[in-house]
Amino acid sequence: MTSSVDTDAGRTPSRAAPAPPRPPKPRLTWRQRLSVADVKWSPYLYIAPFFVVFGVVGLFPVLYTAYLSLFDRELLDIEGTWVGFDNYATLLSDTQFWTTLVNTVSIFLLSTIPQIIVAVGLAALLNTRLRTPTGWRVGVLLPYVASLVALGIIFANLFGPNYGLVNGILELLGFDRIDWQANRFASHVAIAVMVNWRWTGYNALIVLAAMKAIPRDVHEAAMIDGAGASRRFFNITLPLLRPTLIFVVITSTIGGLQIFTEPKLFDAMPGSNNGGSSNQFQTITLYMYQTAFETQDLGYASAIAWVLFVLIIVIALINFLLTRRLASTGAPEDGAR
Amino acid sequence: MIALPAKVRRHTVDATGARRARFWVYGLLIAFLIGSIFPFYWSFLVASRDSSMLTEQVPPLLPGGNFLSNAARVFDSVPFWKSLGNSLIVSGTVTLTTVLFSTLAGFAFAKLRFRGRNALFVIVVATLAVPTQLGIIPLYMAMAEFGWAGELQAVIVPNLVTAIGVFWMRQYTMQVVPYELIEAARVDGCSMIRVYWHVCLPAVRPAAAFLGMFTFMTSWNDFLWPLVVLNAENPTVQLALERLQSGFYVDYSLVLAGTTLATIPILIVFVVLGRQIVAGIMQGAVKG
Repeated sequence: MTSSVDTDAGRTPSRAAPAPPRPPKPRLTWRQRLSVADVKWSPYLYIAPFFVVFGVVGLFPVLYTAYLSLFDRELLDIEGTWVGFDNYATLLSDTQFWTTLVNTVSIFLLSTIPQIIVAVGLAALLNTRLRTPTGWRVGVLLPYVASLVALGIIFANLFGPNYGLVNGILELLGFDRIDWQANRFASHVAIAVMVNWRWTGYNALIVLAAMKAIPRDVHEAAMIDGAGASRRFFNITLPLLRPTLIFVVITSTIGGLQIFTEPKLFDAMPGSNNGGSSNQFQTITLYMYQTAFETQDLGYASAIAWVLFVLIIVIALINFLLTRRLASTGAPEDGAR
Repeated sequence: MIALPAKVRRHTVDATGARRARFWVYGLLIAFLIGSIFPFYWSFLVASRDSSMLTEQVPPLLPGGNFLSNAARVFDSVPFWKSLGNSLIVSGTVTLTTVLFSTLAGFAFAKLRFRGRNALFVIVVATLAVPTQLGIIPLYMAMAEFGWAGELQAVIVPNLVTAIGVFWMRQYTMQVVPYELIEAARVDGCSMIRVYWHVCLPAVRPAAAFLGMFTFMTSWNDFLWPLVVLNAENPTVQLALERLQSGFYVDYSLVLAGTTLATIPILIVFVVLGRQIVAGIMQGAVKG
């Protein structure tokens, strides 16, 4: 099969002149040959930039990270010493690594679960008949344009232990002040609030798009059968949203497990990479950054990166398999159509 | 699909089963909107006063008159003009190349037939899940080897084109570019690149514009990699902000004046193009 413009087979070009009778052995002019080569090779040329860029700055560094993780190598070393899997063995008994792992997962859960619930609720609100619907949609997307750095600075200020507005309000309402930076769980909550503030509106729009795509006859049929609004929401809308929700979960998994900027800027000691005085909100990526560029231990940092890499791929795969299973078990319920 | 405003007015339930919004719906949405705007406003508020307002029991909720003097201090403390220029160069270049290469690759994957097309596209999709951020250590070593550490090209080159861009443009091109048009252009003697330029590109312009805005914002807000590879003398806006904050004594009026200044350009872009961004996110959600 020669390459060609991908058209329906057997269709005659409508505007072409009737083909002249073919000579027994067609001799192509250089112009025709050029055209054949053009059709054959241009597609590869067009996709080449992506594969070159990905290969050089994506795939190669990730693979080379695995190789580096087998060495003991300082930032300024040229060679480094082969240590095999020692870095990984050290990692397993490194309490700081386990702390950062727990922190990462904790912040991830605190930011994903409430976010999806609120996003679905917000999408349901936006799915009502509003005046100026686009205006509201633009409004809820507003936080998305904030840069993470600006956001980190603003929220570090709002959650400040002494003069922060959040503590001021808590005190005004008669609660105790909370040390949002020193308390481990409170710091996770504060960082999760940042993440949620930025992403909830964005995810609500994705869910809203999926809600709009639900065929109207499904709802009409249920209404005729006497289903009320909340019944329809839980029995029709939510099950049909499942693929979209899982898409949202997967994308926030890949991003959320690499969280870096928020914990870095949340530190009461600005510029520090410790994630709090006892690493109470240091994440894995922040630990990797600290090990590579502050401690300058490239081999060990590579081992951290590679463990996180595998973790992300495994969780993404679990999510993917879960999607397929949920999608297939969900099918009979869709029989309502 | 983008939801069109319901044109048919019915009293109980509209086409999608949605009721006419009640007051409490507006109330909740307004509360949400205030929550969305507040951190931006707070940042401006602190920037327009001096840091002593933060020690007051009940902070004032109206801006003071010190914003310009605080902003001037930002320019004195860090090379802010330079960082703005750098961010513009980096984000502008990355946006142009990403749109160009993504539309080209999207055109090839969507409309041209070639050996290995499906396998190659599967690779593109698979790379979406690869957290390339975790490769920064070898990437930094490579940049140092080239002598690019501290230079803008170190931030530009790794972001020339993205998998998500190729994926989006392929999905969109499949839907909007008819084969008949490509065929007609070929019959008229257009080379492939002219088919791309005269047929494909005009048709995919809305999606390309959205991809451009998305890329610009992502690049403008990027932090980890610029932090690794650039330095204090040649920063992007985000690095300049971080630098403002990392003194031992944080002067919040100064720092938040910086965040306000850095947010204003992107806020303007958002106000002008917000509708298209919303439409793009919602379209991408359904098609992807």
